[in-house]
Amino acid sequence: MTVIFGVFLLTLLVITALAIVRTENLFVAVMLMGIASLLIAANFFILDAADVALTEAAVGAGISTVLFLGALALTNAQERSTTSRKLLSTIVVVAATLVLIFATFDKPEFGDPNSPVQTHVSPWYLEKTPEYIDIPNVVTAVLGSYRGYDTLGEVFVVFTAGIGVLFLLGANPGVGAGQQAREINSGLRHHLIPRVVGRLLIPFIILFGLYVQFHGEYGPGGGFQAGAIIAAGIILYALLEGEKRALEVMPQKFLLGMMAAGGLIYGGVGVVCMVLGGNFLDYSVLSSNPVKGQQMGIILIEAGVGIAVTGTLLSIFHAFAARER
Amino acid sequence: MAMFLDVLSWILLTLGGISVLIGGLGALRMPDLYTRMHAASVTDSLGAILVLTGAMLQAGLTLATIKLAAILLFLLLTSPTSSYALASAALIAGTKPLSEREQPEGGKQ
Amino acid sequence: MYYAVTLATLITMGLALVRAIMGPSVYDRVLAVNMFGTKTVLLLSVIALLYGRPDFFDLALAYALINFIGVLAVLEFFRSRARRRELEQQQAKQ
Repeated sequence: MTVIFGVFLLTLLVITALAIVRTENLFVAVMLMGIASLLIAANFFILDAADVALTEAAVGAGISTVLFLGALALTNAQERSTTSRKLLSTIVVVAATLVLIFATFDKPEFGDPNSPVQTHVSPWYLEKTPEYIDIPNVVTAVLGSYRGYDTLGEVFVVFTAGIGVLFLLGANPGVGAGQQAREINSGLRHHLIPRVVGRLLIPFIILFGLYVQFHGEYGPGGGFQAGAIIAAGIILYALLEGEKRALEVMPQKFLLGMMAAGGLIYGGVGVVCMVLGGNFLDYSVLSSNPVKGQQMGIILIEAGVGIAVTGTLLSIFHAFAARER
Repeated sequence: MAMFLDVLSWILLTLGGISVLIGGLGALRMPDLYTRMHAASVTDSLGAILVLTGAMLQAGLTLATIKLAAILLFLLLTSPTSSYALASAALIAGTKPLSEREQPEGGKQ
Repeated sequence: MYYAVTLATLITMGLALVRAIMGPSVYDRVLAVNMFGTKTVLLLSVIALLYGRPDFFDLALAYALINFIGVLAVLEFFRSRARRRELEQQQAKQ
């Protein structure tokens, strides 16, 4: 039955992707991309991958749509049609697709119990995690401890993305002080009902983000999801109250500090582990009981990841939204 | 008692599924933006209440029930607000309801 | 029993997708995306019960909160674009 649901959702995804490519109005494409992101998140969920589904839903349907709309507000809504080199690009795309399809013939069957990942990798993680790390969510254990170095790289990728956008768009968006700019950037202040309901929801969103952050060891969650959810809450405040007040509440310098602090905390934990006698990012030396040391290490690095993601997403949002045309 | 709760939750889930389907069909076939909004809000409010109440009865008296109650509360708070904001934005932008126009929706705006 | 509700919700999601692709005005599309979002919340809740994993309700809760933000962002986009056009027209007249 799972297979039927999965195939149905993937069919809808293919239809959506075709519609995105065929439409010429970029606003329609942004809306359809929100739907595509939800379809993929539902598909991940059906395949029992809850952490990934949460990240996809939080980032793809919330933050990504807002960022695309912020970019669209600064530019045209019609796509510029390009008519050159269609034959060459079609040939390249078809060739790449055929190579990829040919490569999938060598993969093991879907759900095959004898494939290498089910006989070597997964049983090792599932057996050894209660012994070494003792947290119920094995995904967080793999992400934070067994492959902690890779996650450090991911935090730096997020940081680099934030720096890249700020280089292109300017790190200190001066919100225009004239009458016009004030009115355009005033947000939904004159609409009472969304404003009241939104202000009621913002504390719950931030509280829920903190819950997801610290509950990441026991259920689906972790730093990336929590960072996206908290950033979404503060973006809601910026949408309702206007850019200027949002920048007064969380100034741009603070957000830049958050971006850097996340990577610093993560790398700092690694260096502290080295100072205390272990390897880089070997959390067992953080406390006298190695299992407790591992858990403490994971909590600290997840906090670092959450702070970095929140700071980056908010900086990128402000870089788009506070920019005058 | 457990049997009664089981049957009740099945009835609620089935009715919820039917109302979600009816709302979806309405959103596709209704002739105008505002009538489509009306049909879509059926799924958001009635469908959500029935399905989530049925799910709450199935889950028993655990933390899961409280989470489902929280989901229901947030859905009931946010989806009427979204409908209001959408309708007000459409009205301010100049979309006229069907009764004030000559021909039915389906052509260009 | 859960299968029936899941199937109904999936079919409604398909119908919402058709409305999003077909809808002549942009507001039809925003309506379809909003409906799709709330159907996703219901789908996630029912499938979490189907799989017997009550800790998956966190995803439905997160999604119920974030869907709201998407719709408000769209409306803010329209409002600021319309206001910008009005101000430009006023300036062009002067």
